[in-house]
Amino acid sequence: MKKSYKIDVDCANCAAKMEDAAKKTEGVKDAVVNFMALKMNVEFEDGADPKEVMPRVLDNCKKVEDDCEVFF
Amino acid sequence: MNKKQKKNLCRMIISAVLLITLHFVPVKGTLRFLLYLIPYFIIGYDVLRKAFKGIKNRQPMDESLLMCVATIGAMVLAIYRDLTGQTGDYVEAIAVMLFYQIGEWFQSVAVDRSRRNISELMDIRPDYANIETDGKIEQVDPDEVEPGTVIYVQPGEKIPIDGTISSGTSTLDTAALTGESLPRNVVEGDEVISGCINLTSPLYIRTTKEFGESTVSKILDLVENASSRKSRSEDFITKFARIYTPAVVYSALALAILPPVFRMVCGDAPYWGDFIYRALAFLVISCPCALVVSIPLSFFAGIGGASHAGVLIKGSNYMETLSEVDTVVFDKTGTLTKGSFEVDAVHHSPMDEAELIEAAALAEAASTHPISLSLRRAYGKELDRSRVSDIEEISGHGIRAKVDGRDIAVGNTKLMAAVGVAYTECPDDMGTVIHVALEGAYAGHIVISDTVKPHSAEAVKALKKLGIKRTIMLTGDASRIADSVAGELGIDEVHSELLPSDKVERVDRLITERSGKGRLAFVGDGINDAPVLSRADIGIAMGAMGADAAIEAADVVLMDDDPLKISRAIAIARKCLCIVKENIVFAIGIKLLCLLLSALGLAGMWLAVFADVGVLVLCVLNAIRALIIGK
Repeated sequence: MKKSYKIDVDCANCAAKMEDAAKKTEGVKDAVVNFMALKMNVEFEDGADPKEVMPRVLDNCKKVEDDCEVFF
Repeated sequence: MNKKQKKNLCRMIISAVLLITLHFVPVKGTLRFLLYLIPYFIIGYDVLRKAFKGIKNRQPMDESLLMCVATIGAMVLAIYRDLTGQTGDYVEAIAVMLFYQIGEWFQSVAVDRSRRNISELMDIRPDYANIETDGKIEQVDPDEVEPGTVIYVQPGEKIPIDGTISSGTSTLDTAALTGESLPRNVVEGDEVISGCINLTSPLYIRTTKEFGESTVSKILDLVENASSRKSRSEDFITKFARIYTPAVVYSALALAILPPVFRMVCGDAPYWGDFIYRALAFLVISCPCALVVSIPLSFFAGIGGASHAGVLIKGSNYMETLSEVDTVVFDKTGTLTKGSFEVDAVHHSPMDEAELIEAAALAEAASTHPISLSLRRAYGKELDRSRVSDIEEISGHGIRAKVDGRDIAVGNTKLMAAVGVAYTECPDDMGTVIHVALEGAYAGHIVISDTVKPHSAEAVKALKKLGIKRTIMLTGDASRIADSVAGELGIDEVHSELLPSDKVERVDRLITERSGKGRLAFVGDGINDAPVLSRADIGIAMGAMGADAAIEAADVVLMDDDPLKISRAIAIARKCLCIVKENIVFAIGIKLLCLLLSALGLAGMWLAVFADVGVLVLCVLNAIRALIIGK
């Protein structure tokens, strides 16, 4: 399953870090952060519940880039 | 400016004012140090906090840390000077932080602005659809409209969903989709695509697709996700930044420690302060942000600008490939030619050309054959059907009828033989020949052929001007026709009488036998050439507005069918890539130069700040240039 989320982040480098962090999150198969469109496309693992996975994604993103936000 | 940007602007102004005021306040020693700490914390608290959190989360290698180390280092040096009786320079640390913040602020505003510009260019997303229920117009979310529903579009509104007009006639502005400024007339029964603006009168449209499947959604999706496909330049920068930051930090460390130690060993004074200062300047210069921000920004702006011109580029990687194209392979029908038949010439007619076409068009008035349609189009006026009687359509031959009471036969040579009229063969038959006999006498013939698009020759010339080395045309047509079209357009090579599968093979061979770096682009109309589109280095589909298969298969989609857009697309891609290269060379060049100068002790903190912020600002400004697409 694929979903697209709005994000808020200040710099391109930070967006790349968020992408890495999101990818490593459990339940996430693949993630692509588009800094210019301020969007994060997340592909979830089969059977993963986005509602449960997304807070973890946000947590991991916050760890690498304090100044970011994911709206879900 | 958003709230955060306004707040940061205030912080910058306050700390700058404080800094200037403090310069004139006659205090000394610890009090002076404490006073200078105020503007330092005002301007730098968030950077300090971020660096601290970075260390805590074991992600220390970022620019916040670089800035903290550099400014705290400068502060410590100043304190050291104070303690040893000299006057320490606190301004430097604060100024560095201030300029860093100015750079960040500027970058954030510039990125925001270009983001907004691009989304304005792409402002085709409809917010609602009107549905008429019980005589009342109701606005609903386009997502909720089922296919087959009749929607109502007022003048000035965007068509939200693809469909066919069930009633009404109007003109549509397709500029947002195609870049074409000429409005298009539509009548009942016409298919319309979402994203066009209805200009003159209300339309009722029966939707044929869901919103998510409509043209406008597809295009937005494509453009917004285009920058997710990263180009080689972007990959290079990501890798570069990964190695670069640690390398710089270790070099700075080495610069701070090795020379003084070496001097001590040699028995000279170590000059610790001096070398630490040089190392700090080194750190400030090193931020790779100019590259990391401006490269994706250039691509994003380029893709946005191109889409405004009616050229959809599906990713930064395709932008890059497109800029390297040196061979363009065209499909003939529908790409260079209109793919519909038109009257080319009238030969051997004893009567006026217009009169002959009029008579022939009248005779064909009832037929739906493509040739009849082209004759009627050539006549151009409304047909008065009452002038025609006794129509007899002879399949495979043509038509016999009475026009204004006179016997007329319009058809091929077989028909002429059947009515017993001696006909003249067309000497240069480049298309279909239609003979006409009037009252049992030969009245000449009309040549109908697939005509070349008005801009095709110009398009080929424009490509040559851009330095495209080879232009090749592939077609299933007979070589006689193909050679003549190619000659007319100035195309270098022609491969004719090809089956669709031959085209793939031919492109395959062209790709394997090419030499050097140049890429091969294939331009087709997306109808039955999808395999070729995907086989070529870059597939360009034209006139693909609404054609799903073409949008899927191609890497670049030209929204209208004007072949001039091909050279335009290549020019846009080249400009964008040129900007990217300028930024890479400029940013890395200036940084290396400043790094060298600071290592040698020739550059102070001020130059360091320029190397960081100044380069960033210039690169961002340069990147935004990619958005401007000249006519």
